Amino acid sequence: MVFKNLSYKTQRKVIIVAFSLIPVVLLFTFAYLPVFNMFKYSFTDWNGYSKSYDYVGLENYKTIFTDSKYFTVFKVSLYYFAGSFVQLALALYFATILSFNVRFKNFFKGILFFPYLLNGVAIGFIFLFFFRPDGTLDTLMQSIGLGAYTQGWLLNPKIINISLAGASLWRYMGFNFIIFLGAISSIGKDVYEAAEIDGANRWHQFRHIILPSIKSIVQLNMILAISGAISAFDIPYIMTSGSNGSNTFVIQTVTTAFKYNKLGLASAMAVVLLFIVIIVTLLQKLLIKEEK
Amino acid sequence: MYRLKYTAASIVKYASLLLGAFAALIPIVVVLFASFKTNKEYGASSPLTPPDNWLNFANYSKAFINGKMLLGFGNTVIIVVISIIGATLIGSMIAYVLNRFQFRGNKLLMGAFLLATLIPSVTTQVATFRIINFFHLVDTRFAPILLYLGTDIIAVYIFIQFLESISESLDESAMLDGASYFTIYWRIILPLLAPAIVTVVIVKGVNIYNDFYTPFLYMPSEDLQVLSTALFKFKGPYGSQWEVICAGIMITILPILIVFLALQKYIYNGFAQGSVK
Repeated sequence: MVFKNLSYKTQRKVIIVAFSLIPVVLLFTFAYLPVFNMFKYSFTDWNGYSKSYDYVGLENYKTIFTDSKYFTVFKVSLYYFAGSFVQLALALYFATILSFNVRFKNFFKGILFFPYLLNGVAIGFIFLFFFRPDGTLDTLMQSIGLGAYTQGWLLNPKIINISLAGASLWRYMGFNFIIFLGAISSIGKDVYEAAEIDGANRWHQFRHIILPSIKSIVQLNMILAISGAISAFDIPYIMTSGSNGSNTFVIQTVTTAFKYNKLGLASAMAVVLLFIVIIVTLLQKLLIKEEK
Repeated sequence: MYRLKYTAASIVKYASLLLGAFAALIPIVVVLFASFKTNKEYGASSPLTPPDNWLNFANYSKAFINGKMLLGFGNTVIIVVISIIGATLIGSMIAYVLNRFQFRGNKLLMGAFLLATLIPSVTTQVATFRIINFFHLVDTRFAPILLYLGTDIIAVYIFIQFLESISESLDESAMLDGASYFTIYWRIILPLLAPAIVTVVIVKGVNIYNDFYTPFLYMPSEDLQVLSTALFKFKGPYGSQWEVICAGIMITILPILIVFLALQKYIYNGFAQGSVK
């Protein structure tokens, strides 16, 4: 029997089942099942490959919050967190000035955005090259007379996280920038014109027109910055593999699971991370809903 | 007085833009310089000095051949194309069903898809790996493809939002002409979703092209290396030959630069729309 000859009522049933089946199976197998299993593993001492494992209760969670090796990595995320606020400020600044009349607008827009499109590995290598002793940064500093202040950018544990957060800023600034630019450009031209007649300067326009209209987008990006900072992985893993004090929570989780074969403990770490991210996201949804 | 203030503001504006552009470009430009230098020249010159010979492609051929970049390109293209087509079909199908039919469990299912966007996939890898392993898919191209289809729900979200703006009267008039639901999906809904599909292609395409973690974890074999993992392998053997690594970096940047220059407008719109959840 041909599908189109069926009654709409039968067709409806067939299409609901046929069109949902694959997406739902994929969703549950690869999005929900891992979360469920992760909870289960987090209460065990499983190493990830042996046939059996024992339930150890909250032992893994206790380790995370009492063993300094595990919870100090949270401190590293503070660097990325601070970095992302600088990143948002820069993005907002460039988006604002480029939303007014500027020569070579598209050229600047393109250059500021382009780093976001690059491969994480390429960016890691680019900044390994950038921060090398006698590399780009050192040479630049020498050429403007700051040669005395050069550092072991990736060697000094006190500085390494600032360098890595800097590379991360370079990578993601363009993304926030393009989103802010899009939000600002949706403000009607007539609003600025009216403000100009009232004698408002650029700062007034920014403060009283632009900022209020894109407030929720800025908030959203701030909250994304929190989850982004906690789940920082690519750049530090590729550049330093977490050495010299640049270990992040996700790197720690991955090495605990796949290098030290402590899958139970790693799962508990992942559960903690998941909780933080979900709480932060829910907080954001609530804030934005309140606005509306 | 006003004029003076205006000029000063204008100088600050352009100076900051130039500084921003410089900061965005310089890390890439020095890599470009180094990629054309010979080993000796690299050792003797400052990173900021342009190469003597702009046509010295020796590092590029070394990186391209020894690093098996062509293989990386091939695998990347296969994975990107299949994942994007799959995500577009799957995403639009489920979005069509959820948006156009009211049935028991509809709201629940919709909630399940939206809730999944909250799960950061990097946190669940520990358990996901066991599942991929259970299906014996570790070290096959299916592993990343399935993960890109199953865990990145952004496409479903974009399609559902877009479908809300497509009037149902179009479906109804097609039904008066006797079109089946499948015909409506295939001939009306899917073509009308074109702008949303462009967004999905761009956002997912860039994410998959740039993803390092998934292929690194799930496809350790050399035969299956993608562009990012191929480049990552340069770290060991070429650790002291930065001019070759730099050529490798430029090889991965070039395709994305070409795509960017060709599709600028769509790319900006894609990210602007794809992000506003």
